[in-house]
Amino acid sequence: MEGGVVLLDFWPSMFGMRVRIALAEKEIKYEYIEQDLRNKSDLLLQMNPVHKKIPVLVHNGKPICESLVQVQYIDEVWKNQAPLLPADPYKRATARFWADFVDKKMYDSGSRVWKTKGEEQEAAKKEFIGNLKLLEGELGDNLYFGGDGFGYVDVALVPFYCWFYAYEQCGNFSIEAECPKLIAWAKRCMQKESVAKSLADPEKVYGFLLQLKKAYGIE
Amino acid sequence: MAEAEAESVVKLLGAWLSPYCYRVIWALKLKAIPYEYIEEDLSAKSPLLLQSNPVHKKVPVLIHDGKPISESTVILRYIEEIWPQNPLLPTDPYEKAVALFWIKFADDKSPSISKLYRSDGEEQQQAAKECWEMLEAMEEEGLMEGKKFFGGDEINMVDIAFCSVAHWLGVIQDFAGLKILEPHRFPKLSSWILNFKSVPMIKENLPDTDKMIALLKRRREMLLAAKSN
Repeated sequence: MEGGVVLLDFWPSMFGMRVRIALAEKEIKYEYIEQDLRNKSDLLLQMNPVHKKIPVLVHNGKPICESLVQVQYIDEVWKNQAPLLPADPYKRATARFWADFVDKKMYDSGSRVWKTKGEEQEAAKKEFIGNLKLLEGELGDNLYFGGDGFGYVDVALVPFYCWFYAYEQCGNFSIEAECPKLIAWAKRCMQKESVAKSLADPEKVYGFLLQLKKAYGIE
Repeated sequence: MAEAEAESVVKLLGAWLSPYCYRVIWALKLKAIPYEYIEEDLSAKSPLLLQSNPVHKKVPVLIHDGKPISESTVILRYIEEIWPQNPLLPTDPYEKAVALFWIKFADDKSPSISKLYRSDGEEQQQAAKECWEMLEAMEEEGLMEGKKFFGGDEINMVDIAFCSVAHWLGVIQDFAGLKILEPHRFPKLSSWILNFKSVPMIKENLPDTDKMIALLKRRREMLLAAKSN
């Protein structure tokens, strides 16, 4: 059997949630250690000296950093259950491309929605929705980005869903009105125990975001 | 030539100055994969490029049997899976995860290098700081004492991913009159750069420095002029 698994994480982190989902999908038992990011533990600094960020996955005492690298690692080591990446190399490349798109676009464009006001915020909202519409296009009529089955891109993207309520409150807009198919997809994912257990409560996330705004000095 | 003969199985859409394109060229050459190279004019993108990479409209794009793949790291992973000869990634899952970490690091941090010639004043200083931090992380955490390359005795995907540091940074910092990559401050990294650029396949496939400087100069003038307008 595989050795001990530890996850250093922070409850509202979409990146941490990706790993929680992957671990749950594979039914891997692990120790979850909540991190205080304003007062970083020696363990965190030692396990991720380059970025000093969460999530950090520790397997058999050895750390792995970067959420998508962690998800790919989990998929490779625990390959006999709930495969996340497809078997076909071209489909794998497509999945990696879209997970990379989520990484490059979602966090930054979402952040700009709550960090800005006025015209800047309108532009940020437009960009954010534009990115979601591209993802909706890729989803098409499939149940999941992985096709019939929940997969790698679903894991990469679905954690952002619990942040949508916070973005909507800050930006005074409805994501469902603009991207109904994507919201339908998210709700479908939420019916999976691995996702429902791993995502944070949207109200709590909004409360956290309000604190963050205060700390940044944003109204 | 008959149409069937003229059709390449592998095509690469690239731009001669782009480090991301060189990553793919090196991988294809190291694995001895024949390909057709198509130079793109990025100021007048071809219908093939726009059709093959509608999301980002960028190079490199690899087209294999008519199917396009975009984003250099995604392309490298694909090449590795389809053509496993001369492997560029470790097979051990943990070592592979460490390699992928550094490849992502290279992806995330390399844009700071081109910012050095695209900006001035405070913005350029910020870019210089980011480059310095990237080099520090590579020196302290990335390069192991006694190892010639990130890949050990031979280059691998991590070495290839750090192409911007190996060649572009030196040219750009000289052009911009900055001293970031100093050998006494980054001894392991400086050694690695020398070793990397001595690999015959790499040495024979690097963009000409003088041509680079001429193009960077033109680009910088255009960008700074556009900013002040």
